[in-house]
Amino acid sequence: MVPSRSSRWAREIRFLLGDPLLFVVVFLVLSSLVVFILYPLARVVATSFDTPKGFGFSIFLEVLKSKYLLQGFWNSIMMSTLTAIGGSLLGYLFAYTISRTNIPFKKLFHIIAIIPVVSPPFIGAMSIIMLFGNNGLITYSLLGINNYPLYGFRGLLFAQLITFFPIAYITLRGVLESISPTLEDAAMDLGGSRWQVFRKVTLPLSIPGIASAMLVLFIETMADFGNPLILAGSQFPILSVQAYLQITGMFDLPTGSALALLLLVPSVTAYILQKYWVSRKQYITITGKPTTSVIKSVHPVAKWGLFGLCLFVVMLILLVYLTILWGAFANVWGTDNTLTLKHFQYVFGVGFRAVLDTLTISGISTPLSGILGMVIAFLVVRKQFPGKHFMEFTSMLSFAVPGTVIGIGYILAFNSPPLVLTGTLAILLLNFIYRYIPVGIQSGIAILRQIDPAIEEAAIDLGADAKKTFFRVTLPLMVPAFFSGLIFAFVRAMTAISAAIFLVSSHWNLMTVQIMSQVESGRLGAASAFSVILVGLILLAIFVIRAILLYRYGRLGGKLLNI
Amino acid sequence: MGVKLVNITKVFPDPHHPGKEVVAVHNVSIDVKEGEFVTFLGPSGCGKTTTLRIISGFEYPTEGEVWISGKLVNNDPPNKRDTSMVFQSYAIFPHLSVSQNIGFGLELKGLPKETIRTETERIMVVMNLTNLANRRPDQLSGGQQQRVALARAIINKPSVLLFDEPLSNLDAKLREQMRLEIRRIQKTFGITSIYVTHDQGEAMTVSDRIVVMNEGNIMQIGTPFEIYSRPANRFVADFIGRVNFFEGTVTQVREQGISVRFTHGVEREVASCAQTVRSGDQVLVVVRPESLKLFLKGPAPMGTGSNSRGVSERILQRVPVQSNASSGQPFLEGRIDKVVYLGSVCEYEIDTGGEKPVLAVTHNPIEEGFFQPGDLVGIDFASLSAHALPQGN
Ligand SMILES: Nc1ncnc2c1ncn2[C@@H]1O[C@H](COP(=O)(O)OP(=O)(O)O)[C@@H](O)[C@H]1O
Ligand SMILES: [Mg+2]
Repeated sequence: MVPSRSSRWAREIRFLLGDPLLFVVVFLVLSSLVVFILYPLARVVATSFDTPKGFGFSIFLEVLKSKYLLQGFWNSIMMSTLTAIGGSLLGYLFAYTISRTNIPFKKLFHIIAIIPVVSPPFIGAMSIIMLFGNNGLITYSLLGINNYPLYGFRGLLFAQLITFFPIAYITLRGVLESISPTLEDAAMDLGGSRWQVFRKVTLPLSIPGIASAMLVLFIETMADFGNPLILAGSQFPILSVQAYLQITGMFDLPTGSALALLLLVPSVTAYILQKYWVSRKQYITITGKPTTSVIKSVHPVAKWGLFGLCLFVVMLILLVYLTILWGAFANVWGTDNTLTLKHFQYVFGVGFRAVLDTLTISGISTPLSGILGMVIAFLVVRKQFPGKHFMEFTSMLSFAVPGTVIGIGYILAFNSPPLVLTGTLAILLLNFIYRYIPVGIQSGIAILRQIDPAIEEAAIDLGADAKKTFFRVTLPLMVPAFFSGLIFAFVRAMTAISAAIFLVSSHWNLMTVQIMSQVESGRLGAASAFSVILVGLILLAIFVIRAILLYRYGRLGGKLLNI
Repeated sequence: MGVKLVNITKVFPDPHHPGKEVVAVHNVSIDVKEGEFVTFLGPSGCGKTTTLRIISGFEYPTEGEVWISGKLVNNDPPNKRDTSMVFQSYAIFPHLSVSQNIGFGLELKGLPKETIRTETERIMVVMNLTNLANRRPDQLSGGQQQRVALARAIINKPSVLLFDEPLSNLDAKLREQMRLEIRRIQKTFGITSIYVTHDQGEAMTVSDRIVVMNEGNIMQIGTPFEIYSRPANRFVADFIGRVNFFEGTVTQVREQGISVRFTHGVEREVASCAQTVRSGDQVLVVVRPESLKLFLKGPAPMGTGSNSRGVSERILQRVPVQSNASSGQPFLEGRIDKVVYLGSVCEYEIDTGGEKPVLAVTHNPIEEGFFQPGDLVGIDFASLSAHALPQGN
């Protein structure tokens, strides 16, 4: 009774051919993803198996035999695991306090907690050196200790927690706010004590979110390069730094690639777990009308306990950032703290090239990355075509691939024909564009899922063709998401270091790389001044984009940017 | 001209079982005349939305033909079809104001600004939207959004209006008001309309004809009267309203109706039959609860019955008017088991010793009085209100 039909695959191909515009766009996007994401990774894999005697495992065997390199691997895993657990716990407590209690200074706490997200990830490490290092403000000036053992495990863990707990906080606050307070009210109404309500309702509903935050923190810490470069020291080697040193210090590309591969595997595993397992378990039905939460489910003692904890964390963050600010104006940090503008003179003189380069590279790459992200989001959510899952997976993969790995991949891939790009602006731009598309894709997908497909159908129904529908209806609705994605991508581009450090040259340099080399040569004042300018530029950009959106979209634009 | 569907079948890949398929619509044919209001009615998942989307062009039929205004439109995309849809979620453009939403279709046609403005204003007057012209969609109530969606659809003067459960997001009062409004607008403009709903009350109110669907198939096409009183099969009889089924055998076929001997031995005349039958055929006779006539055989013994009331109430209670059908042997006898007093009517479940209780309804209980649980009643019906369905189809 039902006629036989061709397979779905054949139908999709026919569909693509019937829509030339879609076909061209899909083809271009897919091939560029292959060239600028997969190919460099493939080169890393190939190089690490490329022994003098052809394909083989001998490089890995060397790595496994080296106690020092192996130690780096385990240290990275341990540090990432501890940061994931500790950072998520801290993030959850912070998020719970902000969303479920009526403590004072909530807004202020929130703003301070997200400062680390919009600043270079190595600020924590710098500040620790300035506070507890050899000329440290606390250790030396205050306590007179000269050789406080802060390099290695303890100092790094502290820096990583300060740097990454805000990411967990933002994620988990979203999770907690999506749990309707009515559920907690209902549990209390049924006779549950405050503690039971938390343990039996709030916590179980947050578990998938916590798991997700942990995996994200694990990935971020594995990939982090700046903090360990400054703080890890030789007693506590960290994998990403080792890979960098193998390549730039010893010019040993195969070993560097092998280490990069060791770095890649746990990160991608965590990413796949996050994407295909944890996110499935998310309770997405808990939406409904946002009820005005009557904050009563937290006992006063618990509330003030949480307040104390948050206050402590906020104070630490402030300490970290004020130290940098002071350092930027101090004559010689630790020994002569009189105020001076000489570090800023340096940044605006000799160092200004790096500022301009950074702005140029971020300014060009972020909008391009944002547009590409919106296009991919649109294709993935609204269109059917062969290779769709491949497109989604590959484009989101950059999120999981540590910068060190992709940086090594780029120098391997684009140092020889057909594409010779090393030392050019193009290699930095391409790297940034493809590295930060996931940010745009995520916000694009999120908003498209919120836009009822019927809205686009209504436009088509009224006579609009595919192009008109996209430009008159879909795109205007995506613009706020585009800009909020843009902010994050811009922040990431401005603060990027782990991949970029392989790609900078005498022609094109970056502020972050400058800061690192200033720290390494002990010029903390110049490094601080650079950092202050960098954070200042980021805040200015956020402020401008926000103002435009608020002006253009009113409340909607503001809400979308409420990071 | 109108809309014509010829043997439409739509098959989807099953999203839950990869490799398998779902037949959403199967072999659907209907001819909707110009200016007619036709409703697709059926339980959720029966293929109504899919049929509508095939007409609007958002889905392509796996098999079959779609004709709009005498033109085969199988390969036309939705923006090339002369149809306008009112979406279940309204699909108001959130970034445009009310008047911009309404004028969107005309703007796409590239009409001059002045024409768009006057046309939009004219429609807004008809739809009572004038004072909302500059509102943003998120400042509108459900009913107002509904009217904007309708205005946006009719401003294009489409030859066909399509509605997909347009009232399901409104509360009950507004729903009744809006369905009359939709019918009024449709009559005013004379636009051929196809409407989808799972609410039979809505279908009965607005439609010239109703198409009852089940599991992708058309079960019956007919006027509201035909669908309700002359259902084509058991599914339709059961789906529309409440119903009693009585089994029996045809004993005689006459020009006007048939005679049926029911399983408990009583013989009655039945005025209509869904298909031609012959003597000896098994039939299922459909009688609606309000067509059953009840008369008191004996009151409930004092203090019995499932919810017997106090003596004083019983005295206030008027004994129902005796039906004149009491002359001969009643069709059935039974005891009132449950009484539901609804104000305008009274509903009963009567235990006649069969598998299921018999359902009956009496009207105007204030004047006519009503029965009590435990009352022994006789049950009968007039041949005109009985309708036979041949068994085994
Ligand atoms: N895009 C689709 N893919 C797979 N199955 C679908 C799709 N759309 C509808 N169906 C299936 O087709 C059947 C009819 O759906 P629909 O037309 O929406 O029913 P109704 O509107 O009557 O509730 C259902 O079983 C539904 O699950
Ligand atoms: Mg439907």
